[in-house]
Amino acid sequence: MTDASTNLLDIENLWVRFPTRNGIFDAVRGISFSLGRERLGIVGESGSGKSMTGRAILRLIRKPGFITADRMEMDGEDILNVPETRMRKLRGHKASMIMQDPKFSLNPVMTVGQQITEALRTHEKVSKAEARKRGLAMLDRVAIREPERVFDLYPHEVSGGMGQRIMIAMMLIPGPEILIADEPTSALDVSVQLQVLEIMDELVRERGMGLIFISHDLNLVSKFCDRIVIMYAGRIVEVCEAGKLHEATHPYTRGLLNSVPDLEHPRDRLEVLQRDPAWREAPSVSALL
Amino acid sequence: MIGRVMPIDPVLAVIGERATQAQYDETFRELGLDRPLIVQFGIYVGNVLQGDFGTSIRTGQQVADDIKRVFPATLELATLGTLIGVFLGVPLGVVAAVRRGSWIDQVSRFVGLIGYSMPIFWLGLVGLLLFYGILAWVAGPGRVGIFYQGIVEPITGMLLVDSLLRGEWAVFKDAFSHIILPASLLGYYSLAYISRMTRSFMLEQLNSEYVTTARVKGLSESTVIWKHAFRNIRIQLITVIALAYANLLEGSVLTEIIFAWPGIGQYITTSLLANDMNSVLGGTIVIGTIFVCLNIFSDLLYRFFDPRSK
Repeated sequence: MTDASTNLLDIENLWVRFPTRNGIFDAVRGISFSLGRERLGIVGESGSGKSMTGRAILRLIRKPGFITADRMEMDGEDILNVPETRMRKLRGHKASMIMQDPKFSLNPVMTVGQQITEALRTHEKVSKAEARKRGLAMLDRVAIREPERVFDLYPHEVSGGMGQRIMIAMMLIPGPEILIADEPTSALDVSVQLQVLEIMDELVRERGMGLIFISHDLNLVSKFCDRIVIMYAGRIVEVCEAGKLHEATHPYTRGLLNSVPDLEHPRDRLEVLQRDPAWREAPSVSALL
Repeated sequence: MIGRVMPIDPVLAVIGERATQAQYDETFRELGLDRPLIVQFGIYVGNVLQGDFGTSIRTGQQVADDIKRVFPATLELATLGTLIGVFLGVPLGVVAAVRRGSWIDQVSRFVGLIGYSMPIFWLGLVGLLLFYGILAWVAGPGRVGIFYQGIVEPITGMLLVDSLLRGEWAVFKDAFSHIILPASLLGYYSLAYISRMTRSFMLEQLNSEYVTTARVKGLSESTVIWKHAFRNIRIQLITVIALAYANLLEGSVLTEIIFAWPGIGQYITTSLLANDMNSVLGGTIVIGTIFVCLNIFSDLLYRFFDPRSK
């Protein structure tokens, strides 16, 4: 349906700003990037603006924060100036987001089934029975063993890994084209992290979606992404292909790479990241396709 | 018992000061005051468990009967007051939280401030002066006009309910006109409390992650607020409302006095001033029991509304 040449997302000069008592704080400072049907990783330390970027795409920045940009298009449609009612139709239906911790991001007083079918029925006119059927199928898709039983459980009755798979099911059931995964595994046990990511990856490839994978974990991102954007202090400092991460040139990226331990080449002491104030001020690198 | 620590002789309260010594001694024995204290206490508790609170010295009737007569009046007033407080206070609190910092938030803050700081008897008097005295929108003090008194055979003792059940529309209208001002006044005080609590509960929920999840799904604001966030504050709200209700049931003494409302608050106060300890104790026990029951009831509702407590 969509023109292959159209990007799913085109963003130019995006700023996310928060007015505070001591003037305006800029969380994201003029970044540009686009997303095709690919897997884009956004890496950076805490406070680098990566989560804010994710939320800004869905226009979910909490007030009094606000967004400015030269251009923000989702599948060719301007999303910077559309009214909130239109934006609501796009959320979930066109672009969805998986958040960090299923313990907090699932509603504690609604059953798993209610929350999944609600996501579907918001965007599609389907009967309750049909929604239930598709909800169960979706749970099965994310490798939940007894969908019938889990469907009627409350979030506190499921484990973290299961919660995150439920979250994936919930966010993918309306069939979005863009999935933003904001640190989807950092609240999970290491043992289930990979499993959850593999399920997510499989679904995203199978449906030909665009994925924005936000993480601080360089290894993970390079494994699951095609292209990586490195953010620092609200700016993009480097863009590179996942396979060529070791060729990265920016000192910040190099610093990050050097501070990751490697089993095959153990070192006595890992490098400590030395920050250069000049990085802050350097202009953003464009990640437009 | 409690009467012992008061500098009042219960015997004198019954027979009066001019009685002879023989009369005094007889009454002393009749009241069982010659028995040891612990036995007296045992007898009293035993009687209470059978619904016998003794005889009121002031009215000469069984305390239990007195309470049966006055408590429904308070129940009626407090229930209507709480309903007003809940139906206005909860939405006001929710809107104030959602539109934080807006004019409606400021209004709710102002309403709350007045509710907390203005003495109720003053507001009551001003209300009477304005709505009864000047505007004549409502009826004055008392439960129902003299003309309508005693028409309705009591079923529950609550005049509004009884007149409806008996189909006495004129009485219902008159009783409503009497109750609406004191009930609004009490309602205003619970509104002030309930709306402030609702606001802070809602703010906490609106900042949580699952609310963002709901927005990511593309749900409308009203669904996000009422279906997602509000469902999560119901449990806390129940406690607040139960406390506010209990508060009105036990503590609307000033309102009852200003509006000549023949309720339990007025009953206990008058009895206390008349050294009628049986009535005071009876009334206090009833109120205490209701307080405990309300708390148990709200705990039971928790089970119903919070899947985590199962």
